[in-house]
Amino acid sequence: MAARTFTIDGQLISAREGETILQAARDHGIFIPTLCHLDGVSSVGACRLCLVEIEGSRMLRPACVTPVVEEMVVRTDTARLREYRRMIVELLFAERNHVCAVCVANGHCELQDLAVTVGMDHVRFDYTFPYCEVDISHPLFGIDHNRCVLCTRCVRVCDEVEGVHTWDVAGRGTDARVITDMRQPWGESHSCTSCGKCVLACPTGAIFRRGATVGEMERDRNKIAYIVAARDQRW
Amino acid sequence: MDLNELLAIAEHENAMRRSICIRCCTALGCQSAGSLSLKQRLEEAVAEVDRTDIEVMGVGCMGLCGHGPLVRVDPEGTLYERVRAADASSIVAALDGGEATAPKGDPHHPFFTLQKRIVLENSGIIDPERIESYIAAGGYQALYHALHEMTPAEVIDVVTRSGLRGRGGAGYPTGLKWATVAKSHGDRKYVVCNADEGDPGAFMDRSIIESDPHKVLEGMAIAAYAVGADQGYVYVRAEYPLAIQRLQRAIAQARRHGLLGAQIFDSGFTFRIDIRVGAGAFVCGEETALMASIEGRRGQPRPRPPYPAESGLWGRPTLINNVETFANIPPIIRNGAEWFASIGAETSKGTKVFALTGKIRHTGLIEVPMGVTLRQIVEEMGGGVPNGRVKAVQTGGPSGGCIPATLLDTPVDYESLQRVGSIMGSGGMVVMDDATNMVDVARFYVEFCKDESCGKCIPCRAGTAQMLHMLDLIRAGRATAADLDQLEQLCMMVKETSLCGLGQSAPNPVLSTMRYFREEYEALLADRGSAGETMDR
Repeated sequence: MAARTFTIDGQLISAREGETILQAARDHGIFIPTLCHLDGVSSVGACRLCLVEIEGSRMLRPACVTPVVEEMVVRTDTARLREYRRMIVELLFAERNHVCAVCVANGHCELQDLAVTVGMDHVRFDYTFPYCEVDISHPLFGIDHNRCVLCTRCVRVCDEVEGVHTWDVAGRGTDARVITDMRQPWGESHSCTSCGKCVLACPTGAIFRRGATVGEMERDRNKIAYIVAARDQRW
Repeated sequence: MDLNELLAIAEHENAMRRSICIRCCTALGCQSAGSLSLKQRLEEAVAEVDRTDIEVMGVGCMGLCGHGPLVRVDPEGTLYERVRAADASSIVAALDGGEATAPKGDPHHPFFTLQKRIVLENSGIIDPERIESYIAAGGYQALYHALHEMTPAEVIDVVTRSGLRGRGGAGYPTGLKWATVAKSHGDRKYVVCNADEGDPGAFMDRSIIESDPHKVLEGMAIAAYAVGADQGYVYVRAEYPLAIQRLQRAIAQARRHGLLGAQIFDSGFTFRIDIRVGAGAFVCGEETALMASIEGRRGQPRPRPPYPAESGLWGRPTLINNVETFANIPPIIRNGAEWFASIGAETSKGTKVFALTGKIRHTGLIEVPMGVTLRQIVEEMGGGVPNGRVKAVQTGGPSGGCIPATLLDTPVDYESLQRVGSIMGSGGMVVMDDATNMVDVARFYVEFCKDESCGKCIPCRAGTAQMLHMLDLIRAGRATAADLDQLEQLCMMVKETSLCGLGQSAPNPVLSTMRYFREEYEALLADRGSAGETMDR
């Protein structure tokens, strides 16, 4: 497989042909924030946090789905990108009811980490305080839509790794919700195998194990990439 | 079917014509004003006077939709407006020297005389429900010509040299798109017609399909031959029942005549067209969302590249063009690239169909050569604002912007409209008078985009919701100058970071009204006194 050489933030990078900017950056220890990206499942370029500037391109490009090109010049940390990332994280906090102090994922939450990373000391937008449901009809797991960021990692891991497609998205815009089967309570889902991969995949405390209390829920997300790698490399 | 049979159909159809033809518009606008019962009454009135030299024909859009139902008596060209069923017998009697009770329109008004009809050449003239009527007007001859006298590469060359650009709004060179699809490898290729017109106030694509559906089909078939596709889809929104019905009928007729299906015109070329009906999502007009919808998945966009030309429907090369783009193809093949390139402006060739609406005397459908000024369209053709003055013209729907009256001399072409902060768009043109508040206008479009956002990417989903909230704060007099700056920053962020065209252009109505009508925003601020602004309304 051919190699490609290009520049990220002034640093010369070598990458394999077909690799994305995000993969190449991570291989070289360059941090690009992500939220909807999850190792082991397909990328959808939805959260827009990994947007980077590419010289000669009018548009900002999502690093997670943009393949590297020979001699491209990428910038990941300009003032404009930092401001936009902070605004995106702020929009998420204002969009639903994220209360870290009472969340199972407190301290182990990717959204919380992002807020720290982008330097969000307060939210400049008005909170919208929407009414969101909590579904604890499943015997092992629950979903609290107040904490959902609609990254669709649960949808993809359920479809692509478990092969079940219990999860999907219904509604549009701010009314969009992740749903189980045809929007019936999770506990009544016939397709769900209770494998728990969606719990592993969820970046926040939206999908949780029942019985976990504040700050208790730690997850080993590498398990998903491990399962995928094990399946791909079996002989 | 061969050329002789095609010409025989045309000859037979022309021989059947009576010397006087009463044309009655049966497009959706006039239908909703009662043109179907009017047409029936006209037919009865003709039967009553027992004249065999008069016929009544249901035709497509005549343009002046705001004055419908419209009736035109040819060949003399008398135009009647707002015709009621009760006027029918007097219109027939007027042919024998009587006096018609319906108001007469002026066919020599600039609304008609400044038009240049290429896409709409048959609109309001032929019967859209009969393929013979289209064939008699020269229909399907371009397809025959392409199949038998041109190679696919030559067809693409003609389209490229014509200078035609995509009429869906972005203005991508059509020939280049075709060439890319032709060069892409795939075991199958597709041609898709985007008829998911959804901009508020826009009805160009609907009128084209309702008035001349075969022209779109012929354009698609020529495109399919050029790029090597054998299957086409027309993606049309469910809110257009008449357009869907006429398309279905047209496809069935074309298949029966061997103009669609296997071995068209006895050549090796096979092309089938199916209709896919949208389910009421504006975002499905975005090409990647449209394809997801055709495939039966949730209609939401995906990042490009890969572009549909390379990886489209079911991962195969797919050509997606707008209704109006396809409708331009048969005339270009018939008359040549040079003819088309001689019409219009330097970088924008040909004509553009606009749906002229809003606070204007003559509402309706017009087709003008590129390069005419907005002033000509609004003041001469549209007859200006009935009461008051023109304040702004909105082009491009929710993706476009408001152009102030001071810039009315801007020529209508892709680049000029972009320079003044709007876009050509698919062709919606809404005229606003000085009673219109521009903050309300911006709010209207932002609410539309917020409702139509699919919710996939955060800037569009959460950003448009915040934009709407902030506009509401401004309108309620609860915002400060700092809020106005923040709204502007938010708009820039949504514009530059959103995944698809919907989000990327959703801030345009806010940004353009802030650019040209900032004082209207400032007048509503809670701290306007401190900013030195004391405009009272």
